[in-house]
Amino acid sequence: MYTVNIAILTPFIVALFIPFLYKRLSAIHTGWFVLAVPVALFAILASYIPAIANGETFYSSIPWLPSLGINFTAYLDGLGLIFALLITGVGSLVILYSIYYLSKERESLHHFYIYLLMFMGAMLGVVFSDNLLVLYVFWELTSISSFLLIAYWHHRRQSRYGAQKSMLITVMGGIGMLAGFLMLSSFAGTFSVREIIGGMGDYASHALFVPAMLLILLGAFTKSAQFPFHIWLPDAMEAPTPVSAYLHSATMVKAGIYLVARFTPVFGGEAVWFWVVSIVGIVTLFWGSFTAIRQTDLKALLAYSTISQLGLIMTLLGLGSAALHFDVIDNQSFYYSLAIFAALFHLVNHSTFKGALFMVVGIVDHETGTRDIRKLGGLMAVMPVTFTVAVIGSFSMAGLPPFNGFLSKEMFFTAVLRIIELPFFSVETWGLLFPIIAWLASVLTFVYCLILIFKTFFGEHQPEKLEKSAHEAPFGMLVSPVILASLVVAFFFFPNVLGEFLLKPAYGAVMPAFIEAGVFDYQIKAWHGINTELLMTLGIVGLGFVLYRSLPRWVGVYSLFPAKLSLDRLYNGALISVERRSNEITNRYMTGNMYHYLLYIFLVILGLVYTVALTTGALSFDVSNDAPISIYEGILAAVMAITAISILFAKSRMTGILLNGVLGYLVALFFVFFRAPDLALTQLVIETVTAALFLLCFYFLPDWDKQKHKTKPKLLNGLIAVATGAMVTVLALSVNSNRLFDSISAFYENAYELAGAKNIVNAILGDFRAFDTMLEVVVLLIAGLGVYVLIKLKASKGGRDLEGK
Amino acid sequence: MKANDVILRTVTKVAVFIILTYGVHLFLAGHYEPGGGFVGGLVLSSAFVLMYLAFDIETVQRGMPIDFKMVAGAGAFLSVATGAASIAFGVPFLTQEEAHLTLPIFGDVAFASVILFEAGVALAVIGTVITIILSISEDV
Repeated sequence: MYTVNIAILTPFIVALFIPFLYKRLSAIHTGWFVLAVPVALFAILASYIPAIANGETFYSSIPWLPSLGINFTAYLDGLGLIFALLITGVGSLVILYSIYYLSKERESLHHFYIYLLMFMGAMLGVVFSDNLLVLYVFWELTSISSFLLIAYWHHRRQSRYGAQKSMLITVMGGIGMLAGFLMLSSFAGTFSVREIIGGMGDYASHALFVPAMLLILLGAFTKSAQFPFHIWLPDAMEAPTPVSAYLHSATMVKAGIYLVARFTPVFGGEAVWFWVVSIVGIVTLFWGSFTAIRQTDLKALLAYSTISQLGLIMTLLGLGSAALHFDVIDNQSFYYSLAIFAALFHLVNHSTFKGALFMVVGIVDHETGTRDIRKLGGLMAVMPVTFTVAVIGSFSMAGLPPFNGFLSKEMFFTAVLRIIELPFFSVETWGLLFPIIAWLASVLTFVYCLILIFKTFFGEHQPEKLEKSAHEAPFGMLVSPVILASLVVAFFFFPNVLGEFLLKPAYGAVMPAFIEAGVFDYQIKAWHGINTELLMTLGIVGLGFVLYRSLPRWVGVYSLFPAKLSLDRLYNGALISVERRSNEITNRYMTGNMYHYLLYIFLVILGLVYTVALTTGALSFDVSNDAPISIYEGILAAVMAITAISILFAKSRMTGILLNGVLGYLVALFFVFFRAPDLALTQLVIETVTAALFLLCFYFLPDWDKQKHKTKPKLLNGLIAVATGAMVTVLALSVNSNRLFDSISAFYENAYELAGAKNIVNAILGDFRAFDTMLEVVVLLIAGLGVYVLIKLKASKGGRDLEGK
Repeated sequence: MKANDVILRTVTKVAVFIILTYGVHLFLAGHYEPGGGFVGGLVLSSAFVLMYLAFDIETVQRGMPIDFKMVAGAGAFLSVATGAASIAFGVPFLTQEEAHLTLPIFGDVAFASVILFEAGVALAVIGTVITIILSISEDV
């Protein structure tokens, strides 16, 4: 019943056991245990394919905070399934590959696999969550786990830089997305994505509709490395290659695609959506492919190619949303919505060929010690299997038959050609740019695919430039790329199996109206006659080949861009200046002097409380309801006052602490008078423990009389002290006379019926407000560990500056 | 500094057991009478602190080889886990239940799942307080 919810949680649960498996069974590569998770999940999820293809959906909800509408709700439909199968399927292959890629002896595998499992669970959570806030939590968890994975070789400066960059950019987008989600749920009145889609017609007029949409798109664009947020992806290539293959080509970067597809039914009817998504997509497509050509590092080349391909998918999603602008659902509007179908098809194809290509580059790197195309060459004879996989992957990416990339590329061309015929949006003027840019970008794609193949595998083998003597990869490392490459070919010959069982239900999740109306009728065809699309492909091959041959002559184009104007430069500059500014500001008030900090705290409190009290007229005194003051209470209060005053005149710190303790015990005595024995008890114990702690700390403090106060601060201190004391007294006296809200104590009066507890205090702590208590316990733990670490660190480093500056 | 602490040690040997018993009582009674995880934990930790004060740290550690950081972690984990466990029963996070059992000697006894939660609180309190005190006192 909760299969999908459990599927999301399984990777997290398994991750808990990884450290033990790593330690106890160190003879076996930890990857083998981890491999079982995605394989099992893939099998379970695959068993849903027939039902999903029949149009069924699955929904299960575990209540979390039902009173706030936040529940751990899993929703399985075609769109979620296609992503989940990619996550678990490519995940299995990547883990299998990583077993051979990462050395058991040298790497801290338990860290790696814990992060990877965490990432996998988070990704499944993103694609299956129906609740916006839960979705957001998983979304940020993918950013965090990706941060940890990129920084896996954290001793390298570049790894840390790349991790920080990806984290800053994706988390910034994620926070924008959260704001968008909150706006969306505020006018939709629910956190459930399904319910929002169900009531979509009513929102479009809302003032927050477009801001919410743009903020959600910000999240999607940063995650999917769309221009101008793409700059983090090339730096993320510092991660181990299995991570690049998995996160940065097959799954995480597609979370943005998922989000755009998921929200197309909600926002797709808005013209802004169509323009923003398609323009950002096509710019990314072009810029990615253009920049890829100048790269000399194979992984950087693939990173830019991923950016470009993600732009392609994004463009298709944008173009497809045009179908929602038609008033009627018929064959004409369906005709435009096919771009969505193409987007989903290319999504799957991209995961297969790019996954294979990343693994190929990983193999080249692993077996030769370099990824620099200026050093590589002539590897075809040395690594025949790797070469074959590389050719299949690259030609698929370049959109050549008989590989799956050809099919989706043709569908992409169909979509951009169709958009010129669109009868609205005044596309007749600017619309023509879509096919032109798309075609140019595809030419460039073809060129960098040729670079990838020819510079690495053809030409002269230069063993003297390589760190290792090149040889073919071990069998285990080849299994995964070979499987992916065979899929590339299989999808070309049997595209409609995929189309019928996976793409159509996923399309149905994005464009439900077309499936319901029964107009869906589409078969992917490898041969579609001699038409514009095919001619465009032929043109790509022709021009691409010419451009590749003449590459040395026009590569100077890239130096026309001044390095100062690059986005990376902007990012670095912003980072440095923000750091410097905030340092300056912080240093101004964080003086390291406790006296100043207390001053700020008291002044702020005084200012706030007095302003509010005086402006709202909150101060009124009504003593008629007060209980009579007994003589004992009076005496006790007098004793407390005397004790408090005598602290001021204490000559040594020891006396001060002891007097402070006395004050605490006297408060406990007050609790006894007022018949609150448990409070009295707690107060007594806490007073004892804090006094003990104080005395321990006091041992290390400098001597009391070293602090000689000048007259002026002393006067100020006196003023602040009197004002603070007066404030507390006045508030305490007036608080009983004012009541803005009804008392909440009535709720706690039936503690016995609700919680079976006779002790109300405990019922509040353990039952009614247990969430607070739980977090407090965690805070306590963190504080304790903080103290421990601070002291141990100080003891072990022996005065050496740990910052290493 | 080696003071004559015969009296302190003798008193401690008896007092620790009284304090520990009292702490356990406070902890168990929490649901119905004054007490509970937090106070119980504090009283228990004060017993440990007394031991550390009366005997030196090494001696106590030998007799009671407990890593209090682990105790604190286990406590926090237990609290969160009991909250999460309610999800397995299909009720919201941190829902507590109560059951009555009739046992041979004790008669009608109430079992509230909140006791597990409170046990987590108590362990976290003990672990944290002692960790802090031990690490500060070791840092001489």
